[in-house]
Amino acid sequence: MVLAAVIVLVPRMPRWDRVKKSFFDVEQMRDSLPRLIDAFWLDVKIFAWTTPAIFVLALLIALARNSRSPALFPVRAFAAVYTDVMRGVPVILWIYLVGFGVPGLGLERPYNSPLLWGSVALAMTYSGYVAEVFRAGIASVHESQRAAARSLGLSSWQTMRFVVLPQAVRRVVPPLLNDLVSLQKDVALVSLIGPIEILRQANIDKAKFANFTPFIVAALIFLAVTIPLTRLTDYLWHRQQRRTTGTRVAA
Amino acid sequence: MTAGPNNTATPSAAAAKVSLRGVTKAFGNNVVLRDFSLDVSAGEVVSLIGASGSGKTTVLRCINLLEQIDDGAVLLDGDEISSVGRDPNPVRRRVGIVFQSFNLFPHMSVARNITLALTEVLGQTTDAARDRASELLRRFGLSEKADVYPDQLSGGQQQRVAIIRALAMKPEVLLLDEITSALDPELVGEVLDVVRELKGSGITMLIATHEMAFAREISDRVCFLHGGTIAEVGAPSELFGAPRDERTKQFLRRVRM
Repeated sequence: MVLAAVIVLVPRMPRWDRVKKSFFDVEQMRDSLPRLIDAFWLDVKIFAWTTPAIFVLALLIALARNSRSPALFPVRAFAAVYTDVMRGVPVILWIYLVGFGVPGLGLERPYNSPLLWGSVALAMTYSGYVAEVFRAGIASVHESQRAAARSLGLSSWQTMRFVVLPQAVRRVVPPLLNDLVSLQKDVALVSLIGPIEILRQANIDKAKFANFTPFIVAALIFLAVTIPLTRLTDYLWHRQQRRTTGTRVAA
Repeated sequence: MTAGPNNTATPSAAAAKVSLRGVTKAFGNNVVLRDFSLDVSAGEVVSLIGASGSGKTTVLRCINLLEQIDDGAVLLDGDEISSVGRDPNPVRRRVGIVFQSFNLFPHMSVARNITLALTEVLGQTTDAARDRASELLRRFGLSEKADVYPDQLSGGQQQRVAIIRALAMKPEVLLLDEITSALDPELVGEVLDVVRELKGSGITMLIATHEMAFAREISDRVCFLHGGTIAEVGAPSELFGAPRDERTKQFLRRVRM
């Protein structure tokens, strides 16, 4: 209903032709699409190499925060401060600070690339978020599982590795995918410090042709990736609900 | 070490397999065990009965070092295992425990539940561990369940697997913590049958239970716990047939109805 109203009514609005020309210029779309897809490839690459780094870092931080030995207090404290600081400061600020700041120290090529340090900034902030997801997963494994493992003589590390972590990770797959959807978009923030990825390319095209259509195309390209990823997240979440909650109450 | 008054005149402490000496354990302000002493000799089967909160479970968890005691000592073969800072893992290899809620690992097959500690703690090869698991599963009639996951089993089957998982380590002492309390009545029998089969195999057993008939049948001695200490201890025929302590009499009246 609403959608139909929009489709019927919007083009009847005054100056619709201006809007159409500025945002939905078919010629412009045809012209920009190949360049934008090329530029999007860089987004994909940044995404591909930051994701594993984020998972490894986040897991280490989560394990540090879940350590129980009194002697490891400094490790726990560091992990807590790390997640607080990474999550408490806007992503864009980290990207400026690390992406501009570190190459500005006068490092040699290729270690002075904003692309590299922009990716590092992304990995740092996102590992803060993902660490909290892992931590929640680890905390959700019932204490009786640890008791069973320890009672068999497994060390606390073996208990974590064989019993707690495998269950924890399975439980947090949906929220992890959610963070990945979010990362997939935030990769575009790296454009602000130089690398020509899709958002930057769209901006260049916009400026060159004085037309906003390249932004629309960029948005559609993002949606083409994030929507399937979101649906996958939903599917996995529902599947898990079905498995863990048993009988459902009728609506 | 502070040895509390030994109020259970049973086998001498030196010969005892498991010995608790004046053990005190509190959770915050809640004192669960008060100056608790008990000696259990090798191969003996001792049942702990008493109301919920009387300390049965805590006694077992202290022997397995899942709880750290506040005062007193726990001895295994005369060796003080409760000292602070001592590595609990070698002790746990010798003392198995089975929990009320089974606590099987849900992400592992039945066989892997049993072999995990064999390969990772005892360092057995995968084949040797797998053989040991098959042998025990066969002995307790669960052969065809080796590759099934715990949530595909009935409660009774899960608890039998949990017992097998503990037995696979060849423990000298087996602690059974209300192992039938979470089961449907018709499944209790199959689990108790496993315990019956174990009696006389030389394994020392401490059993916290609400199954009075079973405690009477299987135990060499029965302890009635009240308020974190042993109110009365004796042979099943004495304790159930002619209880001396007023609290024991009251408790037995209530559970028999």
